[in-house]
Amino acid sequence: MRAKVYVTLKPGVHDPAGKAVVGGLNHLGFDEVKGVRIGKFFEIELDEGPDAEARLKAMCEKLLANTVIERYRVEIA
Amino acid sequence: MNRRVAVVTFPGSNCDADARHAVALHGMEAVPVWHKDTSLGNVDAVILPGGFSYGDYLRCGAIARFSPVMQDVVRFAEAGGPVLGICNGFQVLCEAGLVPGVLLRNSKLKFLCQDVTLHMEGRDTPFTRNGGVDIRIPIAHMEGHWYADDDTLARVEGEGQVVFRYVGGAPNGATRDIAGVCNARGNVVGLMPHPERYVEASVGGIDGKVVFERLAEVLS
Repeated sequence: MRAKVYVTLKPGVHDPAGKAVVGGLNHLGFDEVKGVRIGKFFEIELDEGPDAEARLKAMCEKLLANTVIERYRVEIA
Repeated sequence: MNRRVAVVTFPGSNCDADARHAVALHGMEAVPVWHKDTSLGNVDAVILPGGFSYGDYLRCGAIARFSPVMQDVVRFAEAGGPVLGICNGFQVLCEAGLVPGVLLRNSKLKFLCQDVTLHMEGRDTPFTRNGGVDIRIPIAHMEGHWYADDDTLARVEGEGQVVFRYVGGAPNGATRDIAGVCNARGNVVGLMPHPERYVEASVGGIDGKVVFERLAEVLS
């Protein structure tokens, strides 16, 4: 089976790289862009199992996200 | 008897030799420990050195934190043993939850390699002393912006867990100019600047010696 994991910065956490992307987009004429937050996206292939979702969450808690600054969302395809 | 200080080498560590040199220079025995070792052996303190463990993949320190040796480092820290994390070692300590907060990318997105002045404050630890003299030592990092949520920040400040603060502003954007923190118990310390690089006048300075002198004194 395949799962998608999105890891994004919590609100309020400084994202200077996201800010630089806003500047770049504005520079290209996309003046409507007011904010960008950069996150991470994981495609995970794993064996099917009854507790796959719980185990994916455990993966996020333990390694894929640092919950001090990041939140995560799991989608199972 | 010589006090033994473990210096852990992860794949990508590059300040481990400097850390061992600084330990030996202050009359202690530096014990090299490989990240795949499952035990620290019989040691009196542990240093996690600077570098780029596992290429900083995913997040700095995130993968090193699960190296086999880290289980024993956590056990040692929880038993009250002195543990110092420098630069990448600090990032590993944060990822392991042994010290509060996290290190974000520098606010100006630039690798910073320069001398900084630090004020030593907070509680006494095995590596620092409240009211110690200000020291000037180098930083060399891309992710040194210390950050914690408001509750954690209030607790860290209130409990004297800020042990190093940049004087004249943090070049990396660190919250409240925080350069180094300790855990609630005070035995685990992490800092971004490199005391081990300034222990000999011939390479730029000796201000880093106070950290190792303090450890030698505490262990004696």
